[in-house]
Amino acid sequence: MNSQFWLASLVALAAALPAAADTAPGDVAYLDGAVAESLSGVAGDPAAGAKVMTTRSQGNCVACHQISAMPDVPFQGDIAPALDGVADRYEEAQLRGIVANAKMSFDGTFMPAFYKTTGFIRPGDDYTGKAAPEDLPPILSAQQIEDVVAYLLTLKE
Amino acid sequence: MQRRRTTRNFAAAAAFGLALAGMAGADPAEDTLEVTTDDGTITLTTMAPASEAVKDVFDTVYSGWHYRDPDTRDMERDDFDNPGMVFVDLGLEKWEEAIGTNGESCAGCHQGPESMAGLRAVTPRVDATTGKLMIMEDYINTCVTERMGLEKWGTTSGDMKNMLALISLQSRGQPQNVAIDGPAAEYWEKGKEIYYTRYGQLEMSCATCHEDNNGRYIRADHLSQGQLSGFPVYRLKDAGLVSAQQRFVGCVRDTRAETFKAGSDEFKALELYVASRGNGLSIEGVGVRH
Ligand code: HEC
Ligand code: HEC
Repeated sequence: MNSQFWLASLVALAAALPAAADTAPGDVAYLDGAVAESLSGVAGDPAAGAKVMTTRSQGNCVACHQISAMPDVPFQGDIAPALDGVADRYEEAQLRGIVANAKMSFDGTFMPAFYKTTGFIRPGDDYTGKAAPEDLPPILSAQQIEDVVAYLLTLKE
Repeated sequence: MQRRRTTRNFAAAAAFGLALAGMAGADPAEDTLEVTTDDGTITLTTMAPASEAVKDVFDTVYSGWHYRDPDTRDMERDDFDNPGMVFVDLGLEKWEEAIGTNGESCAGCHQGPESMAGLRAVTPRVDATTGKLMIMEDYINTCVTERMGLEKWGTTSGDMKNMLALISLQSRGQPQNVAIDGPAAEYWEKGKEIYYTRYGQLEMSCATCHEDNNGRYIRADHLSQGQLSGFPVYRLKDAGLVSAQQRFVGCVRDTRAETFKAGSDEFKALELYVASRGNGLSIEGVGVRH
């Protein structure tokens, strides 16, 4: 086994667990819906963000939003505004706030809150239909939110 | 009675299942559902003026049939092509079989299944004798346990769904017409509350998908109004029958929520409420969806 493999699996492990430096979902400071500080303290990776956005069990943003820059992704939904040019419309802090908890920006919106762990009615354990565990994790990790924001920032007209 | 003509070819069903990729037009398709049956051709009402229960939100109510692609819609036009009819036959076998502890059969008490005509159109309902809200599964299980001395059938078991299909087909073409007043009112209110509650980690209600966004696509799924007139439906994705109670479990699970159980008081009330939203639509017997 070469050292590159070991490095890769360490990185994978680090991504799965909340990092110590993460801002916990309950501690995120929203100002008019925007979040100024990085949630993980680590710069986002747009390629990883794109993956999160198109993976069903993760962000699955394309279930509702169309993104012309992702022509290979089939079945993009049309529930929500297309995300084309979204970086021209919003600052980074606003995008972070929308992805972490869109309800802080758009009152009562259909868009799920991806970095929130409390205040749900009958929360479940993922898509099993069973009750959620005590320590329900957010849908996306702090780093995944940062990765998604980094990708959104590439969407300029 | 209404029955399919001959045995259906499952390979064809699987092929259609694979072909469901096309997604054209976001609105309910303009189309008419004429079904070729043993007894001739009947036209089903798949769009109707909104009933009392929903006239503040919709002008017109549409069967989920209008939201499916042309291939899937076609399968419901002829009993010969409708894969759900196989299960109607299985239901009929069970109906005639002497399964009771003393050799009772459904047919022994009720004669042919056509004696059930009309029932599907008015259930769920508050039963006059028990005073309880009953879904069709409750009526079936009352016979299975009290009159035949058997263990009750699972709410979503094969025997149960086959029997739902057989009984539902007897009301094909009749307008769904559940009562929402009198003793039903309190259950209807409870069902309505559930319909508008945003459950789960995704915080979605039935209304967010089927009222606010019907006609739109959520990934590959064309959202319908979530009507029950086609139920039980044959679902190509599952290659089997799906009952209303089962569909509710799936929809709530998809919101990352802890679901209610099939046959629970909550889902019975919900079934009454959702059915009332489609009052006026024809019972389809066994619909075909994907
Ligand atoms: C279930 C539907 C749904 C999903 C899933 C979803 N969104 Fe949204 N999103 C919406 C809706 C609806 C709006 C419009 C806001 C409103 O309610 O007025 C929106 C708005 C936005 C906006 C603002 C767009 C604008 O032009 O104003 C951004 C940015 C956004 N979403 C990003 C995302 C990202 C990134 C993801 C995934 C991590 C995601 N959304 C997942 C429904 C969704
Ligand atoms: C996340 C979105 C979503 C939510 C929330 C949701 N559903 Fe659905 N539902 C779907 C999809 C997708 C389908 C399959 C396509 C269709 O028929 O709309 C469906 C189908 C149905 C159908 C079958 C319609 C037919 O003709 O085959 C019924 C009935 C239904 N839903 C009822 C409900 C009820 C009741 C609730 C709330 C307890 C609910 N749904 C919540 C997405 C949802």
